Amino acid sequence: MEGFASNFLNWSVAQDYMSELMAGMAMTLKLAIVVNICGLVAGTVLALIRSLRVGILSALVVLFADVVRALPPLMLMIVAYFGLPFLGLKLNGFAVASIVLAAILASFTEELLWAGLAAIAQGQMMRYVVLPQAFRMILAPLTSRIIATTKNTALASVVAVPELLSQANTAQGYSGNASPLTVASIGYLIILLPMVIVARRLERLGKPA
Amino acid sequence: MNAVVATLDADFCASSVPAKRRPVLELYGLRKSFGAVEILKGIDLVVREGEMVFIIGSSGSGKSTLLRCCNRLEEPSDGAVIVEGVNILRHGVDLNQVRRRIGMVFQSFNLYPHMTARQNVTLALRKVANRGRAEADAIAKRMLARVGLADRVDFYPNALSGGQQQRVAIARTLALEPSIVLFDEPTSALDPELVNSVLSVMRMLRNEGMTMVVVSHEMRFARDAADRIVFMFEGQIVEQGPPPEIFGAPQHPRLREFLSSVAGA
Amino acid sequence: MNGFVDAFLNAAVLTRVWPLLLSGFGTTIILSVIVVPAGLVVGLWVALLQTVPWRPVRWSMVVYTDLFRAFPPLVLLIYVYYGLPFFGINTNALWSVVMALTLNTSAYFGEVFRAGIESIPRGQIQAARATGLSAGQTTAYVVLPQAIRNLLPDLTSNVLETIKLTSLASVVTLPELLRAARLAQGNTANATPLIAAALIYLVCLWPLVRLTSRFERRLLAARA
Repeated sequence: MEGFASNFLNWSVAQDYMSELMAGMAMTLKLAIVVNICGLVAGTVLALIRSLRVGILSALVVLFADVVRALPPLMLMIVAYFGLPFLGLKLNGFAVASIVLAAILASFTEELLWAGLAAIAQGQMMRYVVLPQAFRMILAPLTSRIIATTKNTALASVVAVPELLSQANTAQGYSGNASPLTVASIGYLIILLPMVIVARRLERLGKPA
Repeated sequence: MNAVVATLDADFCASSVPAKRRPVLELYGLRKSFGAVEILKGIDLVVREGEMVFIIGSSGSGKSTLLRCCNRLEEPSDGAVIVEGVNILRHGVDLNQVRRRIGMVFQSFNLYPHMTARQNVTLALRKVANRGRAEADAIAKRMLARVGLADRVDFYPNALSGGQQQRVAIARTLALEPSIVLFDEPTSALDPELVNSVLSVMRMLRNEGMTMVVVSHEMRFARDAADRIVFMFEGQIVEQGPPPEIFGAPQHPRLREFLSSVAGA
Repeated sequence: MNGFVDAFLNAAVLTRVWPLLLSGFGTTIILSVIVVPAGLVVGLWVALLQTVPWRPVRWSMVVYTDLFRAFPPLVLLIYVYYGLPFFGINTNALWSVVMALTLNTSAYFGEVFRAGIESIPRGQIQAARATGLSAGQTTAYVVLPQAIRNLLPDLTSNVLETIKLTSLASVVTLPELLRAARLAQGNTANATPLIAAALIYLVCLWPLVRLTSRFERRLLAARA
């Protein structure tokens, strides 16, 4: 246990790298905010496109959503990051991570929203009116997806984005000590635990009497 | 007929006075509080074999709570609950086996929706009474026939009317051969046309000599079928007696108030 | 276009790397087959322990659930992978991955089971207890059979997420499908292995995705 403490709970090592870790946390937050907003908006747009009931468009939306949801997020990120250069597209890690994570959230948002809209099932003209109602219906699972998206920002460490996990890994490499990782874990929990607790409350509210 | 308050050795089996039938359920000093609110304020009651005791009173008087304390669905705060001579509030009592002897019928039937009528009846037979499958099936069919549902044995609850569901619930309880059956507002959730089907089953049970305690608003039924009416007010038994006395010559002012407010009696 | 095919759909490269991909796929399957049932079993216990009458037990399960839903699985994985040896547990990468993923998914499955259990009306439980059934028997014969039927949609979507989660193991160099694809891609300087791996995932998981969508729609329609 002492070995664990000196390797994982070493405050002086943690302090040495605190500024890098803070920068990493800022990057994580930036990524999370960008991705969540883009993903939600894109998902809503996709659902609205689908509601137009133009055969080919709907089919494309469904295809997109299915493919993106069937593939592991890490896989998508790696395919995009390493595969796109072969197409002549050189995007930096942040761009790739944002596009991939936003696309995933968009797919889940579209599917949830579509299920909500279909459940309310008015005519096509009503869709803008029932949009808020549909959002309220799916609030609980949607929050869960937002939390998952935020957690997945950690995957961006694999494609060279200097977010929190990546900074912790680097610090660990330099110092031979895993305490930065502990700090990073706490950082993630600070961001995510409140979200999880809010999600729990929302679930309770959403329950039928 | 005054209930006698006594301190009993918990396992002492009350010997029956030859002229009176043996007591099946005895409550002494029963109290129940929920947090700071005391719902039952010291209940003494003796129910003898073959009696049908009706408990009446306005809502909030503690009638349902009283019933639920009898099989410990609610844990009493104080007092003794003695079933066939055994104080079921003591440590070391096998509550599951005791509950076989005490049947309960609920206002909302509480049938298991994923099981047929027959399976609803056989579940406890097989798991608590340890009967074999064939034996349990035979008993279930007999019980369901007894309550008039021989042709509905393999129906699911959602294919049965409220009255039929309640009768399945009664069969479910009878299958375990209880010594006493407690009815908690058995017809309150039923449409008026269906009430009679359940009441006639209850009447049949009474005529067969089953010991019953009924909480209900069915005043006419009480007047016809009950041996004794118990009136509760704010957690206490305020007056009790046979129907002619209670309905004909009510003594306590609260009882008079209550009877005039349920003028349909 | 030719360049595209060469880079992404190169048959020659594919035949060369196919054995590697296949072995990676096997590891992914093994991981899934271990983690999903483990997560289900632990999750069921987490849910059941939230029904006992002792508040400390219930609360510790709530803490467990919130903690492992908030902890990013990749970070947890790295933590477990590097941390276990310090507790004298010297195990290979597979079991670190199994442990980390099970902790994560059991929190999610626990919530699914809890919601299912709570959806059963209390009256039925009281009726069952009143006939003498023990708490265990009531749970086994009355509560769970109904609960499981109600939670099938959430269950399938969580199983899907868990299987996708196994790809994280590539980060701690466990030779599952994604890692095999990356290695092959590095060795051949060609993106075909990545595409091949993606297709394998697609073929296996697409049916689950369709199933989940259908369940979600049915569930929301029933509630509306």
